[in-house]
Amino acid sequence: MQNTLSYRVNFLFRALFGLVPLMGTIYLWRRIYEDKGEAGEVAGYTLAAMTSYYLLVTVVDALTAVNEDDWQIAADIKDGNISQFLLKPIDYLAYRFCLFLSGRLIYMLVAIVPVGLFIWSLRSYFVVPSDAATLGCFVLSLVMTALLQFLMSYTMALLAFWVLEVSTFIFIVFAFEYIAGGHLFPLNILPPLVQRVLELTPFPYQLFFPVSIYLGQTTGDALTRGLVIQAFWTVAFYGIARFVWSRGIKKYSAVGG
Amino acid sequence: MPSRPSNLRRYLSVYLALWRNSIIREMGFKTNFLLWIVVECLWFVLQLGFVGVLYLHTDRIGDWTKWQVVMLIGAGHCIQQVFQAFFLVNCSNLSELIRTGKMDFMMLMPINTRFLVSLRQVDLGAFVNAASAVGVMVYAGMQLGLSPTWVQMAGAALLGVTAIFIHYALMFLLATASFWTVKAQGIVWGYYNLFNISRLPDSAFRAGWFKNVFTFVLPMILVANVPVKVLIAKLHSPWEPLLLVAMAVVAMTVSEAVWRISLRRYTSASS
Repeated sequence: MQNTLSYRVNFLFRALFGLVPLMGTIYLWRRIYEDKGEAGEVAGYTLAAMTSYYLLVTVVDALTAVNEDDWQIAADIKDGNISQFLLKPIDYLAYRFCLFLSGRLIYMLVAIVPVGLFIWSLRSYFVVPSDAATLGCFVLSLVMTALLQFLMSYTMALLAFWVLEVSTFIFIVFAFEYIAGGHLFPLNILPPLVQRVLELTPFPYQLFFPVSIYLGQTTGDALTRGLVIQAFWTVAFYGIARFVWSRGIKKYSAVGG
Repeated sequence: MPSRPSNLRRYLSVYLALWRNSIIREMGFKTNFLLWIVVECLWFVLQLGFVGVLYLHTDRIGDWTKWQVVMLIGAGHCIQQVFQAFFLVNCSNLSELIRTGKMDFMMLMPINTRFLVSLRQVDLGAFVNAASAVGVMVYAGMQLGLSPTWVQMAGAALLGVTAIFIHYALMFLLATASFWTVKAQGIVWGYYNLFNISRLPDSAFRAGWFKNVFTFVLPMILVANVPVKVLIAKLHSPWEPLLLVAMAVVAMTVSEAVWRISLRRYTSASS
């Protein structure tokens, strides 16, 4: 916790600089809509809807994204720091999860200023969910998103048991998450076939899905189906994380002993 | 008394030795070296994919057509990668050198400290990525039916080099903040984030504080746009290339001045 706090300036910069490319994207969309005229729409999105999409992405990202947890886990493994966890009656996954939660909490406290200002400057685009049920589903989905984000990063970081340098793998997965998770653009402006395929991968559930619930785009059967698939991926990654850990530990003790 | 040419030769031989070291270091981890190239390629494809998706829904952004934007992204990527090849790692390592006190060792070397600190490592994979970016630019040029003259190509290349110097000067300037705070690495990576804006067509930005900041303070909007506009003959006034060159001169001067002030302030890590 103290460690995280000492890096709050870094957090501030991260939040601040992270917003700039996003603003660039919003300007780009504004220009596209300008050419389309007053009632222009892109796959059902008006400019206002598009802007609120990006606002929501910022919020969900600040609430759920991992930032340094995966690097730290990989470093723990590489430097042999996890030996002490094997001796103590502490579960490493639970320990990391607590660190992840506290890290998120601090990040939110720090990021609230730049993100808040950003949203304030575009406040007319900020929408509230249509009813309490939508909000409930959004929160449920948000929690699963955070779990999924954490578990996927955790699993990726555990590759450090086998390879020297995990950052390349983390970046490759992050690239997929970035485009297939909806960071860059809302996934429902893609051709329908691509959307259907993406729906089955874990990536949309790392960001796009909760956002689309909040904006009231996913309702009824699609909502139920989405939540089920998201729950499936969350549980699946919990299983994979546990499995990879137990395999990794065997490898680890073999090297250390 | 060392005459000018022999001095130049000395620096060249030192630089060659640095290259050799970098090659040896990279070849020690071949898989990793190749994987980094894959990562960069993937992000490049991702940017191009974004353009592809955008142009599913519109046929132009301002006065930029699809293949013009593809060329812009290629140019932005190329400039970024060449910058990365020479300078990025070194800029981000500066704070590490200061924190660990290795800076003492650098300053003791009988060679210009800034030269050594800025060019210590070469990222060879970045050259491969820069080449792939040039490939995309050529392809986009063919799609546009472009046949640029030698003057245009030389002009674009020169402006590209100018852009790289702007990036270097600004990032080095930010990195010298490490003499004051240990958090400078975060600032350097923050600046790296801004490269994203350089790939957007300039006509997306209406006049306003955003455009002003990223034209006159951190000229992200200029760096890739201006060379590409030279190539595709989109340049309507000569002030844009002139501004780019002027910005480079100002940025280099300021960063050198701040560097000198910072060095004077440097006290070793242990003392």
